[in-house]
Amino acid sequence: MQKALLAAVFGVFASVAAAANITGAGATFPYPIYAKWADAYKKQTGIGMNYQSIGSGGGIKQITAKTVDFGASDMPMKPEDLTKEGLMQFPAIMGGDVPVYNLKGFTSGQLKFTGELLADIYLGKVKKWNDPAIAALNPDAKLPNDSISVVHRSDGSGTTFIWVNYLSKMSPEWKQKVGEGTSVQWPTGVGGKGNEGVSAYVQQINGAIGYVEYAYAKQNKLAVGQVKNRDGNFVMPNIDTFRAAAAGADWAKAPGMYLILTEQPGKNSWPISGASFILMHKIQTKAENAKEVLKFFDWCFKNGDQMATDLDYVPMPDPVVKLIGSAWKDIKDRSGKAVY
Amino acid sequence: MTDVPPVDMTDSQRGGPQPRKRRAQWIDFAFESVTRIFAILVLGILIAILVSLVIGSALSLEKYGLSFIWQSDWDPVKERFGALVPIYGTLMTSLIAMAIGVPVSFGIALFLTEMSPAWLRRPLGTAIEMLAAIPSIIYGMWGLFVFAPLFQSHVQPLLIGGLGGLPVVGGLFEGPPFGIGMMTAGLILSIMVIPFITAVMRDVFELVPPMMKESAYSLGATTWEVVWRVVLPYTKVGVVGGIMLGLGRALGETMAVTFVIGNAHRLSASLMAPGNSIASALANEFTEAVGDLYYSALIELGLILFVITTIVLAISKFLLMRLARQEGART
Repeated sequence: MQKALLAAVFGVFASVAAAANITGAGATFPYPIYAKWADAYKKQTGIGMNYQSIGSGGGIKQITAKTVDFGASDMPMKPEDLTKEGLMQFPAIMGGDVPVYNLKGFTSGQLKFTGELLADIYLGKVKKWNDPAIAALNPDAKLPNDSISVVHRSDGSGTTFIWVNYLSKMSPEWKQKVGEGTSVQWPTGVGGKGNEGVSAYVQQINGAIGYVEYAYAKQNKLAVGQVKNRDGNFVMPNIDTFRAAAAGADWAKAPGMYLILTEQPGKNSWPISGASFILMHKIQTKAENAKEVLKFFDWCFKNGDQMATDLDYVPMPDPVVKLIGSAWKDIKDRSGKAVY
Repeated sequence: MTDVPPVDMTDSQRGGPQPRKRRAQWIDFAFESVTRIFAILVLGILIAILVSLVIGSALSLEKYGLSFIWQSDWDPVKERFGALVPIYGTLMTSLIAMAIGVPVSFGIALFLTEMSPAWLRRPLGTAIEMLAAIPSIIYGMWGLFVFAPLFQSHVQPLLIGGLGGLPVVGGLFEGPPFGIGMMTAGLILSIMVIPFITAVMRDVFELVPPMMKESAYSLGATTWEVVWRVVLPYTKVGVVGGIMLGLGRALGETMAVTFVIGNAHRLSASLMAPGNSIASALANEFTEAVGDLYYSALIELGLILFVITTIVLAISKFLLMRLARQEGART
């Protein structure tokens, strides 16, 4: 009995000693899935992953300062910035934005939008729900003469980045007047803090339109709109249309894996998709830790798809995972040997 | 009382430095040093905060100079920053909060000390103190989920319809009823500052010597006259102090305001429109502030809030000093 207890105690110590825990910090959007993966990974291997969801900006700062083993950002870094900081990036998980609305008499999926129309609404140019631009897309709908109340995120966010990136691609006027970033100068509307803030405003204000993460809209059963994709089809946001967007994306041709998944080709592609990225140094002073990080993500790509789908994220498709694997060869220790 | 009886002196008191006394001196010295260090520490921390704020905002100070204060742009994409909108929002919401909070607190404190039946005093006083103990995020959530919808459907249409058309003040009440905005933030803030101001006012009102009040009553003064002529002059220093305490809270309140102010970086004359305050802009944008200038501009916002609260404190000290001087002139 005593021996068993002793063995158990030593066993715990041994596993703690062996577990050179890896640390990461950054984006809040992928936090739930990273935490779930880390939990399952620890159960299997005894190695813990400590992820702090401090925001993408914080993630980039922390990895640049080398206080963590990896950083995470919802907005990919431009190839030239990566080179400047000696970093590489790869996508780890996907999701996307959906437009949500609150208009009396209209349920989920009953309204159709295009990117141009969403941009005009968010620019404040389309002010009423019975505007000809909306009526043209929804000929059968009895649109009321209500004002449109625009709701956006007040905090800087990867969700906002995907949304305004899409609007910039669809509307030259948006691109020139507002542009893209994790927060922008909104021409109109009110700001809610977080997905929950936006959805609270949308649900309270009749005639409101907003955007939230797909997982949030699905779990809270918000009324979502259909959006026209690049191939000209109106699609609903669901796991299949997100997968289609991921499959249509051509990662191989994106230098530094700088690819934003909005407006990707494909018959069923959801046009407002995005990936969340992991940032790592190309030259590792702590090669051991880097190896553990890559091992962790390798395990996630192989075993974590179901967990991701359960949480309404979209796992990376296999061809992309292969590409990521070859990109990992760029991560080297100080002697120039690949760590993984 | 002229004859002081001789005090019996013990040996140790009469003799030279005894061990006990030396130890007592040493403890005294240690105690004094420790308390002094604590006091200096506070000053040190204050200066350290100020210095780090200035260093952190150096980039933005250098680029915009003083114009940062009156520029209304806030565009992280094109990196153009100005603090006018959040400064205006901070001052305006605090002003609304004080305009409502001060008279209400005054009334509550008066009722509690002068008019309330004795059995009601304790439960009422405790209820007010409980209000102060509620965390601000609860006020924010209540404001967003309960108050804002009611305000939107019942109060705002009346305000906009009734006052929106008036010539001068009409501009303050124009626009669509969102439910959230500067007015809502101000109202929530007023509820939050009431317990603070009330608690201070009640405590100082209770300090008025009963003899003074009773003398006034015996001369035939009404309750109002007693309050206005006796209680208030006697307690004005404490009353001003309580108001400043409330104002300090209103200026720096973050979470509750963030929930209901609407967080829009736009200057609008209407109180019904969404706006932004310094504290809520910081809470919203700090985590994802990518880029050195953006980060620096946010820290400069923090510096401005620091300066505003310092000015408010200075004004209150100045007021108190003037009150004290007038007091001296009168007697």
